[in-house]
Amino acid sequence: MKAERTFFQRLRRYYALFTAGFAAFLVALAVLEQEGMSRAWIGYLFMFATIILYASIGVLSRTSNVLEYYVAGRRVPAVFNGMATAADWISAASFISLAGGLYLHGFDGLAYIMGWTGGYVLVALLIAPYLRKFSQYTIPDFLAERYAGNGGRGRAVRILAVAATIIVSFTYVVAQIYAVGLIASRFTGVDFSVGIFLGLASILVCSFLGGMRAITWTQVAQYIIILVAFLIPAMWLSAKHSGNPIPQVAYGKLLPRLGAREAQLNRDPGELEVRAVFRQRADEYQARLDALPASWDSGRIAAQRKLDIVKQHGASLVDIRSAERAVLAYPKNPDDAARLWADARAQNLARAEPITPHATPFPGADRAQSDAKRNNFLALVFCLMLGTAALPHILMRAYTTPSVHETRVSVFWTLFFILLIYLTIPALAVLVKYDIYSVLVGSRYDQLPSWVSYWANVDKVNPLISIVDVNHDGIVQLAEIAIDGDVLVLATPEIAGLPYVISGLVAAGGLAAALSTADGLLLAISNALSHDVYYKLVDPTASTQKRVTISKLLLLAVAFIAAYAASQKPADILSVVAAAFSLAASTLFPALVLGVFWKRANYQGAVAGMLAGFGVCVYYMLHTNPVLGGSAAGQWLHIEAISAGIFGVPAGLLTLAGVSLLTPAPDRRTRALIAYVRAPEQQ
Amino acid sequence: MNDDDGAPAPASPAPESQTPPATKAATATASPITPAPTLAATPHARHWQRTRRMTAMLLTLWLVTGFCTAYFARELATLSVFGWPLSFYLAAQGSSLVYLAIIGCYAWRMRRLDRDFDEERQ
Repeated sequence: MKAERTFFQRLRRYYALFTAGFAAFLVALAVLEQEGMSRAWIGYLFMFATIILYASIGVLSRTSNVLEYYVAGRRVPAVFNGMATAADWISAASFISLAGGLYLHGFDGLAYIMGWTGGYVLVALLIAPYLRKFSQYTIPDFLAERYAGNGGRGRAVRILAVAATIIVSFTYVVAQIYAVGLIASRFTGVDFSVGIFLGLASILVCSFLGGMRAITWTQVAQYIIILVAFLIPAMWLSAKHSGNPIPQVAYGKLLPRLGAREAQLNRDPGELEVRAVFRQRADEYQARLDALPASWDSGRIAAQRKLDIVKQHGASLVDIRSAERAVLAYPKNPDDAARLWADARAQNLARAEPITPHATPFPGADRAQSDAKRNNFLALVFCLMLGTAALPHILMRAYTTPSVHETRVSVFWTLFFILLIYLTIPALAVLVKYDIYSVLVGSRYDQLPSWVSYWANVDKVNPLISIVDVNHDGIVQLAEIAIDGDVLVLATPEIAGLPYVISGLVAAGGLAAALSTADGLLLAISNALSHDVYYKLVDPTASTQKRVTISKLLLLAVAFIAAYAASQKPADILSVVAAAFSLAASTLFPALVLGVFWKRANYQGAVAGMLAGFGVCVYYMLHTNPVLGGSAAGQWLHIEAISAGIFGVPAGLLTLAGVSLLTPAPDRRTRALIAYVRAPEQQ
Repeated sequence: MNDDDGAPAPASPAPESQTPPATKAATATASPITPAPTLAATPHARHWQRTRRMTAMLLTLWLVTGFCTAYFARELATLSVFGWPLSFYLAAQGSSLVYLAIIGCYAWRMRRLDRDFDEERQ
């Protein structure tokens, strides 16, 4: 007990020192910026300093002990485990994209906040304490022991659980590494793939050398950086607009003002004019669509003729280039044209829409549309909650605390630390929206704030923000602004008028969020492969030394495959990431929960349930997600593909229950295991 | 939404159906506050029964928090607290804070249950 306390005190001292050191680093950089250091250098310094920091924590906590490598020696105090899990949880998407999502979708985006916090209730009440009591290494471990089958070793269950772990974690990790590349290239100007491999290096040094132990202590440091990076700009912006530096409290006062501004802009003649222009463009596309395929022919000839004319009249190089681009980008055949023009028409129509008020739930043209939105909101919340409670890299952390009680407390701290960020995100969305609606909109084009031109030029392919004077009146209208959600968090420091150091800090925070999540995910994958596939299925006699070595090699391999996948810039995989929650929920959640709470659940039931949940979920996604070759027309009850788990989970639960009841009850050994897992811990 | 608390459900009806006579006897004599001597024989079974009851209670609260906030959002939007429309506040902050409270309450109560179990066994 005493040793535990001194360990805790030591940790507290280390992290207090670390925080002080980080603050000093920030101040030093702020001074250097005043002295005239360039933006690029600030970006480099932040990136390298933090990557070296993570790598050195990794080196300091290197280990080849099995217990340390897989579960950090089971001695991480609840508070620190909570912090590490929070860092594990807060991914690049939470850090960078979520606030933007709320900005763009208003109330409907809050499904993510509710779903991702509510899931922890399920983790705490239904799963984590029992996993800790079970005290093994991975999630497939628990399922395979629990559903061992009469006299068997649960091979099929283990393989299915490993497959689910890998599918879910791999899509997720690719997205994280992709985000690392994006952040690095946006802030330091290094090439996208160079950014990926720099990030990869830090992930590898850390988890390769020390496994769970190293990533735990790195994640605590990363959490501190994430928190500081997220809160400083938000607090500053909040103080600027409401005079109250606590954004979570202050934005209540801004919401009515934002509402009034929205109503005012909806009636503004300039806005109406711009929207009319977009509607007219949409109509033009409609006319061309109606006249296909003749319009495709005439359009192609017109584009070619225009190029010839510019060339003959010796127009400027810029004009010739743009005419050439128009010819090159022209649809290759009428089918292509139909698709592209329909997209363009939809985009123009969307921009012609009036503003939907930020705080209005489920805005829709009529009651039925609004109801469909509500149902989708509920379905998404459901999938995100159950998915959270079934993500292997989060559940894995239940194993690392010293006792069952500490695990319960640790989930509390996890949600507490997540909420420090998550309660700020809706506030930040409102603050930035208010700023853009009241400061940027209505300003003159020749006096655009500098952050707009800076961020408009950062990503040439998909501009983060673009403002075009559609009605040529020299004044910015809201409808003229096209904004990518990601820019919100990245540009907040500049919107709030903070020095560039804080922008560098935000980049470091985004990097920390992506790296910490990637660390956890890679470990979850490589542990599933090394522990569950190699040790449990291939070579049960392997020495502990060999097991750790194999695990490290697999980690290396998985990391490189993931980095390679990310460097291909797979636009498709990014849209599938949110689907990982539905998949995890449908496949793992029923087996995990019924495994503890229903004695009668057996091997056959688990196999059938996992297959059914997975099958239904994947079928629905393929059937309804346009990216995967389905179509929205195939939707059941108008539920979108992202919420496929709403059908997958019941399918999994019912199949598990039905098949279990039709086959023999679990044997004595399994019943004893269930009794053991449920029993309180000896104090 | 309704299916998720189906998870513990298959387990919960069992004890009630086993013990109806005892429950009736208990409500007749003992005060309703005492957690009914429906109790399973061993400390282990009692501990599990209490755990399950509390889990079910907290899960109900969890379900009501999430489901009602979202389902009745349009109706609640007309009310307002400190500037927020009520439904927006609940979805953005309120429900998350309730979730945190649920987890805190669970950790605290389970510790008490674990201690009771130790005492009963001695």
